[in-house]
Amino acid sequence: MSETAEKVKKIVVEHLGVDEAKVTDDASFIDDLGADSLDTVELVMAFEEAFGVEIPDDAAEKITTVKDAIAYIDGQKA
Amino acid sequence: MFAHGAAPRRVVVTGMGIACPLGLGVERVWKRLVEGESGIAAIQSFDVKDLTAKIAGQVPVGARAEGKLDLAEWIPVKDQKKMDRFIQLAVVAAVEAVEDSGWLPESEEDRCATGVMIGSGIGGLTTIFESSRLIWEGKHKRVSPFFIPSALINLASGHVSIRYGFKGPNHAVVTACATGVHALGDAARLIAFGDADVMVAGGAEAAVSEIGMAGFCASRALSTAYNDNPAAGSRPWDEGRDGFVMGEGAGVCVLEEYEHAKARGAKIYAEVIGYGMSGDAYHITAPSETGDGAFRSMRAALRSAGVSPEQVQYVNAHGTSTPMGDDLELSAVERLWGDAAPGLAMSSTKSAIGHLLGAAGAVEGIFSILAIRDKVAPPTLNLEKPSRESAIDRVAKVAQERPIEVALSNSFGFGGTNASIVFRAI
Repeated sequence: MSETAEKVKKIVVEHLGVDEAKVTDDASFIDDLGADSLDTVELVMAFEEAFGVEIPDDAAEKITTVKDAIAYIDGQKA
Repeated sequence: MFAHGAAPRRVVVTGMGIACPLGLGVERVWKRLVEGESGIAAIQSFDVKDLTAKIAGQVPVGARAEGKLDLAEWIPVKDQKKMDRFIQLAVVAAVEAVEDSGWLPESEEDRCATGVMIGSGIGGLTTIFESSRLIWEGKHKRVSPFFIPSALINLASGHVSIRYGFKGPNHAVVTACATGVHALGDAARLIAFGDADVMVAGGAEAAVSEIGMAGFCASRALSTAYNDNPAAGSRPWDEGRDGFVMGEGAGVCVLEEYEHAKARGAKIYAEVIGYGMSGDAYHITAPSETGDGAFRSMRAALRSAGVSPEQVQYVNAHGTSTPMGDDLELSAVERLWGDAAPGLAMSSTKSAIGHLLGAAGAVEGIFSILAIRDKVAPPTLNLEKPSRESAIDRVAKVAQERPIEVALSNSFGFGGTNASIVFRAI
């Protein structure tokens, strides 16, 4: 697992209070991990804070799964 | 309003829950209260060096089995951050009250007949403070999406309704330190008038924080002379009193229509027989110099209960331990009880737990109900030497066994808002 993936998953576990095993790459925040729309807003804020990146609202809307988040953050850092 | 022409219905108490400085759990808290224990201590949770008042009553941290609060046992971690502490404490007390009542309706009809009315005096003050700090630091985008719903006072009722699926009236009272009594009284009326069959009602407060303490220090309302002897700080009617001691917590009752409670075989603690209110129309923080607001509030409550003063054996006083307020309330009670004053016991349980602001009336309402159940008047701690004599027994330092059938509880708030509620054995 990449460093980004590890960190993203850790944040998801902490913020959504879910089992680590459930946080797979394909897991959807809303459909699989019990998040609502406010939870996803907060999650994106946590990613911004942890990785020092800016995620504009239109990009944030497209981040619906764990792997979406990892790909976006890796793209910003590259 | 009354097109159906029905008479008001009787309302009883079938469940109770408390989180306060004496711990969690109604029976444990009551036992400690009657035994004369104090929940007041030096504040450890934040730096108090720049505050004049350095003591408070805080909910003890620890396992539920020990009557202490470990939030993880009550609220999923994911949801905790969506709630200011006042909401968390409200949920804890509500869970105890609902479990105690055994009313966990599953049908749509029963859920729609069950409402929630939990108020708070100040609400999410600490959350507002923390979010403003982000703005001050230029971090507007770091303000949490949960900031507003965490700070809103009616979200205590909201969270409790969501947790249990209670779809009846969802309401919240905001009347400073009179909140708890207003919530119990208003909720009882909703049941009496047929808007709901069951109401989960009470108050919650969590203002023992830097901003909460600084605010009340600034209004010169808090005790500052007992920082080195915290348990002696709250001393209603005593000549050494110098202000109230802040407390945090929540009190919640399950109120239920009498026939509804009987039909399901519910345990019934007491009946809510009277409720009265008044306004001082005098000053934003000081009580009216004549104590007339308190007098009219109690008189209205007794009228609505249909009982005369000599039929009331116990008053749980507002009695905050402020130099002015305590004696004004005492005078109002003496005036209303008249010749019946010598037969009355009146104590202030704020002497043990401090002033829980918006939660005070609900917690003290529960104490009044337990005073009826156990025929015991809880003590006024630290009442060594009253600043003035009275025919009324203020239950100094030690609890008293008394033939209590009817009890009245008072709460008065900033803005000159007064409320009194009357309970009777059933």
